[in-house]
Amino acid sequence: MVKKGEWVRIYKIILQPSERAPQVPDDTKKVPLELWVKGFLLDDAEMNENVVIETVTGRREEGKLIEVNPYYTHDYGKFIPELLVIDKQTRDIVFGGGR
Amino acid sequence: MMMKPNDYASVMARKPEIMIKSVGIDYSKFESGSIAFDYEKMMRETGYSLDEMQKIQYSVNVGNTPILELKNITALARSCAPKGKGARIFIKDEACNPSGSFKARRAATAVYHAKKLGYKGVISATSGNYGAAVASQAAIAGLKCIIVQECYDSKGVGQPEIVEKARKCEALGAEVVQLSVGPELFYKFLLLLEETGYFNASLYTPFGIGGVETLGYEISMQFREKYGKDPDVVVCTNAGGGNLTGTARGLTKAGAHSQIVAASVSLAGLHMASDIAFNKKSFTTGHTGFGVPYSSWPDRSDVPRSAARPLRYMDRYVTIAQGSVFYMTEALASLEGLEKGPAGNTALAAAFALAQELDQDKTIIVQETEYTGAGKHIQPQLSFARDNGIEIIFGDPKDEIPGKNIIFPSHPSLLKATDIDLDHMRKSLIKTAMATYHVENPTNEDIMFLAEETKTNIEYVKAQILARS
Repeated sequence: MVKKGEWVRIYKIILQPSERAPQVPDDTKKVPLELWVKGFLLDDAEMNENVVIETVTGRREEGKLIEVNPYYTHDYGKFIPELLVIDKQTRDIVFGGGR
Repeated sequence: MMMKPNDYASVMARKPEIMIKSVGIDYSKFESGSIAFDYEKMMRETGYSLDEMQKIQYSVNVGNTPILELKNITALARSCAPKGKGARIFIKDEACNPSGSFKARRAATAVYHAKKLGYKGVISATSGNYGAAVASQAAIAGLKCIIVQECYDSKGVGQPEIVEKARKCEALGAEVVQLSVGPELFYKFLLLLEETGYFNASLYTPFGIGGVETLGYEISMQFREKYGKDPDVVVCTNAGGGNLTGTARGLTKAGAHSQIVAASVSLAGLHMASDIAFNKKSFTTGHTGFGVPYSSWPDRSDVPRSAARPLRYMDRYVTIAQGSVFYMTEALASLEGLEKGPAGNTALAAAFALAQELDQDKTIIVQETEYTGAGKHIQPQLSFARDNGIEIIFGDPKDEIPGKNIIFPSHPSLLKATDIDLDHMRKSLIKTAMATYHVENPTNEDIMFLAEETKTNIEYVKAQILARS
């Protein structure tokens, strides 16, 4: 059970594949246009239920409840060793190999 | 009250009325009824003077960013250049603005204007730095803010840089509406404008573009004070064209005659609205997918007449391979001790190549930097590319195929700028103008307008029209 007033993220489809704009490429036409937005839950609900939220601007938006206290996980990625080669090369050229 | 129909076609049909309400500009005042419209009158009557814009921006801590000389990058360029060549390379450190990029200048004037007109909030459709800038300025002004961004592919995988932008916008108090890939982002954007009655903080209004004029003006003033002259060349990363347009206009207002060069990352072959290609790009802006169409035909934005008209101002347009921008980004850290984001580094990679064509006493300035961090840094971008099956190798950048590989130059001397044929672009603009407005015989006013649009002359335009009929 997710309590009323909790900060949540919802998901919904706003255009089905058949409703998409005529100019979109074929691969994009095969999939729906999806939306994600965050806000305060207006009534107690279970995960994956259809709910209504109020966003920080005070708007109401309806959709499937998918996360509570959503957070970001983007990071600095996996290490790319090639960058060390660039560091060494540029420094060797500018300052000399024996610096 | 009758509910308005919200299907795609019905909402798009309401675009003109929604736009007038949300931008507060009656564009019809500037129209001639044919191809021509009065661009300068639009900029003058709906925008702000340079002096007013400076006051607006300085009052919210925007602008007056430092210019840094990159002596070690210059040394690297000279090591690759013919004897006596290798202009001094500078950057204007726009990352020092409150939101971390020059976009704060555009947002400051747009948000100021929205508040002056009594709007309660602002909305912008952008996946880039502009969203953070609008959120930042709205926070200062006490206005509500919604940012609509294209973020995920159909598998729910987000471009790391766009995810970071969502985080930053939310951190600055904005509501972020995230969408999957597709141009129908504009459809949701219109619905939100209609629902909220907020101001459309478009990137392409006169306030948005005028806000960048202060950047060009500052470059000239700072350069004259420090080096006794204007920079010989100004390189602008080019996408929608506002950055270049505003900067060039500001330089002109300062009386500077610097050469204006546009630079975009080459994403040739990748379709911008494609779900599959979406996460095969390692750049979310500053690339040819925006730069080329918006330069060839600027009136494709969210306003009827774009204030960003880059072909009027550019002297040269070059493309740079993705791997070359990554290489320069790393070189900036290793040689200058500066970590900066991708947008400014696109122009930096171009400047590195162009400096080698110029004598050593010449100066070349990259007119922006942007912040970097989780998601935006080259490491997560390269890591994301590798995870998406993009090959990352050393070699010759000319062999790079966007969406297939990223090639770091195996030696900095291989890093080249490739010229785009501006003549072709100019012809294309004239052709599109005639087709769009169904004009077979352009008026004298049209011909003069097209000459300005293409930075050519009446004879050139007449020759193109003759060649078509």
